[in-house]
Amino acid sequence: MSILDSKIPEGPIKEKWTNHKNNINVVNPANKRHIDVIVVGTGLAGGAAAASLAEMGYNVKAFCFQDSPRRAHSIAAQGGINAAKNYQNDGDSTYRLFYDTVKGGDYRAREANVYRLAEVSANIIDQCVAQGVPFARDYGGLLDNRSFGGVLVSRTFYAKGQTGQQLLLGAYSAMSRQIGKGKIEMLNRHEMLDLVLVDGKARGIIARNLITGEIERHSAHAVVLGTGGYGNVFFLSTNAMGSNVTAAWKAHKKGAYFANPCFTQIHPTCIPRSGDYQSKLTLMSESLRNDGRIWVPKKKEDVIAIREGRLRAVDLKEEDRDYYLERRYPAFGNLVPRDVASRAAKERCDAGFGVNETGEAVYLDFAAAIMRYGTEKATVDGIHNASETMIRELGEKVIEAKYGNLFQMYEKITDDDPYKTPMMIYPAVHYTMGGIWVDYNLMTTIPGCYAAGEANFSDHGANRLGASALMQGLADGYFVLPYTIGDYLANEIRTGKISTDLPEFIEAERAVKDRISTLLENKGSKTVDHFHKRLGKIMWDNVGMARNEEGLKKAIAEIKALREEFWKDVFVPGKANGLNPELEKAGRVADFIELGELMALDALSRSESCGGHFRDESRTDEGEALRDDENFAFVSAWEWTGDPSKAALHKEALEFNDIELKQRSYK
Amino acid sequence: MNLTLKIYRQDGPNSKGRMETYPVTDISEHMSFLEMLDVLNEQLVNDGKEPVAFDHDCREGICGMCSLYINGEAHGPDRGVTTCQLHMRKFKDGDTIHIEPWRAAAFPIIKDLVVDRSAMDRIMNAGGFVSVNTSGNTQDANAIPIPKVDADKAFDAATCIGCGACVATCKNSSAMLFVGAKVSQLALLPQGQVERTDRVLNMVAQMDEEGFGNCTNTGACEVECPKGISLENIARLNSEFLIASLKAEKK
Repeated sequence: MSILDSKIPEGPIKEKWTNHKNNINVVNPANKRHIDVIVVGTGLAGGAAAASLAEMGYNVKAFCFQDSPRRAHSIAAQGGINAAKNYQNDGDSTYRLFYDTVKGGDYRAREANVYRLAEVSANIIDQCVAQGVPFARDYGGLLDNRSFGGVLVSRTFYAKGQTGQQLLLGAYSAMSRQIGKGKIEMLNRHEMLDLVLVDGKARGIIARNLITGEIERHSAHAVVLGTGGYGNVFFLSTNAMGSNVTAAWKAHKKGAYFANPCFTQIHPTCIPRSGDYQSKLTLMSESLRNDGRIWVPKKKEDVIAIREGRLRAVDLKEEDRDYYLERRYPAFGNLVPRDVASRAAKERCDAGFGVNETGEAVYLDFAAAIMRYGTEKATVDGIHNASETMIRELGEKVIEAKYGNLFQMYEKITDDDPYKTPMMIYPAVHYTMGGIWVDYNLMTTIPGCYAAGEANFSDHGANRLGASALMQGLADGYFVLPYTIGDYLANEIRTGKISTDLPEFIEAERAVKDRISTLLENKGSKTVDHFHKRLGKIMWDNVGMARNEEGLKKAIAEIKALREEFWKDVFVPGKANGLNPELEKAGRVADFIELGELMALDALSRSESCGGHFRDESRTDEGEALRDDENFAFVSAWEWTGDPSKAALHKEALEFNDIELKQRSYK
Repeated sequence: MNLTLKIYRQDGPNSKGRMETYPVTDISEHMSFLEMLDVLNEQLVNDGKEPVAFDHDCREGICGMCSLYINGEAHGPDRGVTTCQLHMRKFKDGDTIHIEPWRAAAFPIIKDLVVDRSAMDRIMNAGGFVSVNTSGNTQDANAIPIPKVDADKAFDAATCIGCGACVATCKNSSAMLFVGAKVSQLALLPQGQVERTDRVLNMVAQMDEEGFGNCTNTGACEVECPKGISLENIARLNSEFLIASLKAEKK
C-alpha cells in the first residue's frame, strides 16, 4: 500500500496557504506565452480557472459539451454562496467557516484544504461584485445574507434563487473577455474522451467534435478537469441530463486515483418523483428551509385521509402535525445539514407517514412564515388592524421577493400553488463529495493533470454544507489553481510545443475510435436508457440513503452482470460522423456502470457511517450516523487495475490538529 | 393522452429539411414536453430508427439550452417557461403538435431541431463583461453601496438565459432583447461604468455583423421570453447606443 503525498505545507494552519504561495515556483510572464493549458468543463471551477489562467498569460483551450460555456450545470445552483465576511456581525470568521465545513463533512475532509477554502471565500464575493454580479442587497445598498443548513450564522450571499446562474454568468463573462482577446480558444460541443499521457505526464486529450463526429487530438503542458460530479450514475438526480463522469473516469483509468466515490449527497428538498417516464428530478433550494417548516401528520389515519384526497394539508390542526426536525433537533431545527434532514424524511416515510400516493413525500410549509412576514410588513407600512387576508397577501409578496422563481418552478411542475398549500418534497441525489484524488495543489496522481470543483474530492468530506459548492468551485478556479499550477509549469518552460503526432496520441485516438465502432456495430436489442435506468435502480436501492453489507454485495454482482449485458446487447443507432446524442449517452453510461461498481465497493469497504454514507450496521441508539474514527479516519483513494471490483485501495490518513474529533450533534 | 406530432427533420447542416409525422400514445399530463419527446425517441430507437435530435440539458429552465418552436410559439403555449418546463397538461388528447427549430439567419440548423447559437456568444465576447482580472485584491464587496432599486433592475436584466427565444419569435430575427439585457445590467451597476460607451458600441456592431435584424417594437420577444425580460431593456439599449454614438463622434 503506497503512501499518498498530500503535499500539505508545514506550519500553523493559518499560515499554510500564505507560506505555500510564497514558496512555490512561478512562471515568468514572458514564458507563460509559451505554455498551453487545457481546461475541460466550463462551470464555476473550469470557467473561473480558464479565465484566470488566460488573464495570467497562459494559452488556454477550453472544452464543453454544451453549445456554449454559459450552460454548464453550475448555472442551476439556486440558494447561495458562503463567505466568511461577517457583514451581519454575528461572530462569523474564517475559523468558524472552516470549523462548520469540517464538522458538516463529518470529519472526513482534509483540514488544510478546508481552511484555505474558508480563507479565500471573502475574496470570491469581492471578485464577483467587481465583475458585475448582481447579488441581493438591502435598502442601504449593502449586500444581504441568508442562513443555510448546519451553521448558526448568516453568511450566505445570494441572488434570489438564481445564485449559481449569476455567478456562472460572471465567470462566463470573464471567459468571454479572454475568448474575445484570443487568449482562450473555446471549443463548444466537444467531449473529452480520453486523457493522453506522455512519459507519465498529462500531455493532452482526445476529444470528439459532437457536431461533425471528428476525433481530435489536443496537446498541452497541463490538463485541468473541471467536469463536475457523477450524480447521474443514479439515472434520476438533480444533475443536468448531460452531466457525466466520462472525463474524470478516463483520467482514473489512466492513473488518477478516485477518492471516496461512495460519498454522495442526497438533498432533502426535491420535488418527489411522479412516474416512470421521469427524466430528472428538480431541486427546491435549501434556502427555503430558512422559512419553510417540514412536517408530516402525527396520526396514520390523517396520512391515509390526505393520500385519498379526503383531507387537505392546510386543514390539519397544528397539534396533529409532527414537525419532526424541530422535534428531534431543537438547536438547528429545520436547518440541520442535508444528510441529517434527508435521513429524517426517509425515516418518517419508511414508517408510513409519507403524504403522497407513493408514500415518498413530506411537507415543506410556508404558512407560518407568510403570516410572520405579513405582520412585520403591515407594521412597517403603518397598517393597523390589518385583516388576516391582508396580512397573508403582504406576507406572500415578501416570500415572492425572496423565492419567487422557486415557487413558480414548483407550480409549473406540480400544478400546485405553494403559496396556498404546503410544498411536497422528498430527498434526491444532488451532489457528489467524492471525486478524483488531488493533493494540496489540486494535482491528481497523474503529474500535470489537475481536478477542480465538484470533480475533485477534497473539501467537503462525507457531506457538503449548503452554499459551499459554489464557494469551492470558484475558490479552486479563481484563487487556488491559478497559483498552484505554476509550481508544476515552472518546470515546463523549456518543453516547447507538444506534438500531437506522438505515438501516445495516435494510440489514444485509435482506442477511442475503436470503442465508438464497437458501440455502433453492436446492434443489440436494448436502448442506452434501458441500461441507465436499471443501473440507477440498483444504485438507489443499495447504494442510496442507507447501505448495508448484504445490499452492497448484491449490487456489485448485479452491476457486473449489467455491464456484461450492456456490451452484448446495447443498441446505438446512427453514425459516428455527425451529431449523434445516443452515441454520446452510450459512452457515458458505459463509464457510469464501471463507476457504480467502484462506488459499491467503496461503500462496502467503509463499514462506518459518516455524513451522507450511512451504513445500517453503524448507528447510535438514537439512529444517528455512528463514525468509527479509530478505523476510518482516512480518505479511500482507489487505483484502477483493469476491473472496477479489483481496484486497489490506498489510504490517506486524515489528521485533525485544529479541530477536535467529536460525534456530530445538531440537537 | 394520444397525440400526433409533426416534427421538422433535417439530416445535417446542408441537407434539405422535411416534416415527419409521428403518433405517440399514453402520454401522461404530468410529463414535461421533453419527457414526451424522450418517449418518442425511445420508441424510434426500439424500431431501429434514428431519434429526433434536440438540444436540452438542465431540464429546469435555467441553462437556456432547450429551444423548440411549438405550434408556432417559442417554448410553446405556456408563459414564463422554457420548453423543458412546459408540461403536457397544456395539451389535450387528440391534439396535433407542430415542432420546429428556432428559425433565424444567424441560427443555422445543425440537425433536426438543433441550431447553432454561437452568434450570441460572439456578441458577448465583443463586450458583455467588466474588464477586471482575477486577484485577491479587488476592493471590498461592500465598498460601493448600490441602491436596491438599481441592483434589482440589474438582476432582472441579468436573469436572461441566452436561449434565443426572442430572436426566434421576432419577425426581424432581432437579438436586441438579449443584447439589451446585458447592456442594461452593466449600465445600471457602478462596476460597468468605465466601459459603458465602448461596450454598447462593440456589442451592437457584433450583433449587426452576425446578421440579426433590428427592433420594430412589436414586443413579441417580451411575451415569449421565458424569464420575463422587459422591453424596457431594449429602450435602454437604444438610449445607451445613442449616447455612446454621440460621445464617440466627439472623440
